[in-house]
Amino acid sequence: MTAAAAVPIRERAANKTFDVERIRQDFPILRTKVHGHPLVYLDNAATSQKPQTVIDALVRYYEGENANIHRGVHYLSELATAEFEKARETVRAFVNAARASEIVFTRGTTEAINLVAQTYGRVHVGAGDEVLITAMEHHSNIVPWQLLCEEKGAKLRVAPINDAGELLLEEFEKLLGPRTKVVAVAHVSNALGTINPLKQMIAMAHAHGVPVVVDGAQAAPHIAVDVQELDCDFYAFSGHKMYGPTGIGVLYGRHALLEAMPPYQGGGDMISSVTFEKTTYNKLPHKFEAGTPDMAGVAGLKAAIEYMNGIGIAKIAAHEHGLLEYATEVVGAIEGVRLIGTAREKASVLSFVLDEVHPHDIGTILDQQGIAVRTGHHCAQPVMERFSIPATVRASFAVYNMRAEVDALARGIRKVREVFA
Amino acid sequence: MAELRDLYQEVILEHSKAPRNYREPAGTNHKAEGYNPLCGDRFTVYLEMDGDSIRDIGFQGAGCAISKASASMMTQSVKGKTRAEAEKIFEQFHELVTGHSHEHEAELGKLAVFSGVSEFPVRVKCATLAWHTLEAALEGKQEKVSTE
Repeated sequence: MTAAAAVPIRERAANKTFDVERIRQDFPILRTKVHGHPLVYLDNAATSQKPQTVIDALVRYYEGENANIHRGVHYLSELATAEFEKARETVRAFVNAARASEIVFTRGTTEAINLVAQTYGRVHVGAGDEVLITAMEHHSNIVPWQLLCEEKGAKLRVAPINDAGELLLEEFEKLLGPRTKVVAVAHVSNALGTINPLKQMIAMAHAHGVPVVVDGAQAAPHIAVDVQELDCDFYAFSGHKMYGPTGIGVLYGRHALLEAMPPYQGGGDMISSVTFEKTTYNKLPHKFEAGTPDMAGVAGLKAAIEYMNGIGIAKIAAHEHGLLEYATEVVGAIEGVRLIGTAREKASVLSFVLDEVHPHDIGTILDQQGIAVRTGHHCAQPVMERFSIPATVRASFAVYNMRAEVDALARGIRKVREVFA
Repeated sequence: MAELRDLYQEVILEHSKAPRNYREPAGTNHKAEGYNPLCGDRFTVYLEMDGDSIRDIGFQGAGCAISKASASMMTQSVKGKTRAEAEKIFEQFHELVTGHSHEHEAELGKLAVFSGVSEFPVRVKCATLAWHTLEAALEGKQEKVSTE
């Protein structure tokens, strides 16, 4: 038997130039056995696994490059600074921002959204004003705005979704008005997988002079992001969901907006001069990067983007879309399964419930077969309420997942039905 | 899959499908709501107390098989007991499901079917949610009990 023949025929047929078996070799954790079964990792929307190149980048950073950036005149500090700024350029190109100074490193999507709420938001949102979000937001794109609205006496408005989990675009447009000061919206819903019609939404918001903050946590790993084409004002995403390390994320902000915003946190690196009477803030993007940043994380994020670019975002998207379609078909065909989130435009996420069996019980039984899925409300309780369910089971796909794993999931769900028969 | 059967014993599955005392007793004079934000399980436990004794008990709500069966079997085991007796059963039950001690397994009677839970640490909260809620109802607390 040749090596190629060991790969199931349909895996190869799915995408002739895409070798999932070879990609799987890049991820050491995929060799793990769970309860005696090969790990089937389908919890990628929570966090993705990391390729060896990302793990190596972290080790390389600490072994050969570690020094504090933007400070020392010594060799290592200069090296670390140069690598850090190179990574910023890699991120800039990844989202096609116009300038590297529009890329702010944060701890993750959550911090990036909080940054915008606490700086841009606090300046521009006042009593009686409105912040517009959608009914499919993750808690991290709800709570920062609620905090802001509470503080300012402003109102949080929520654009509704239909039974398929799609935004009602006309309702969204109707909610935009003279009181709307910020729109905050997910690019891709973490609980439903819906891809929002961002370009149209942003054009609508801009027609009312309202800037748009995009929660891109679930989009950046799966679809090409072009902030200039989208014409968004802010775009937030996390490294750990796109094969990078935990603890590092990105806020893209339009240069003119970032320039006019007050700083988020005070500290070292974000200043150009300090006296007890007056502090002059540093130029962009350093104004928003107080304190010693996660330099190793930034090196890892750069390696993750290079890894994705090496495969090609379009190929990653095509592979995952194929998996999602296949999973929708085989899981959807199981008796008693109801899919939650059946939007026409979806990425990576298959959320479902099973008659009479609570998602938590499904999660435990799948885990016993080595299958990792997420069960619960996915930090999107309003979405669960919209569908009148307490929780769902969520399988979410990444570049290294295979059709064989979708088959394992389907077998696992049948096993659940047997246990509960 | 031996461990799975330890967790999902027939008795547990049966109680989860047809929970006992799934009602609000007419004479309810104590009640409490319990919530597990991790999985969305939510139960209300109703008590009709006669002095220090649990004259009647019921529960309602939604949750996984483990939490529902645990609530159902709890109502059976504490009905007619005094507050102190009920609290002692919870203590023994808690030791059993957390794997700290199996010494009271015999005393726990039917509740011993939950011993398999100790092999699934993340499910301990499911098995104890109704019990924590019962405790709150006995104490007459008005606020919602949360497992987090």
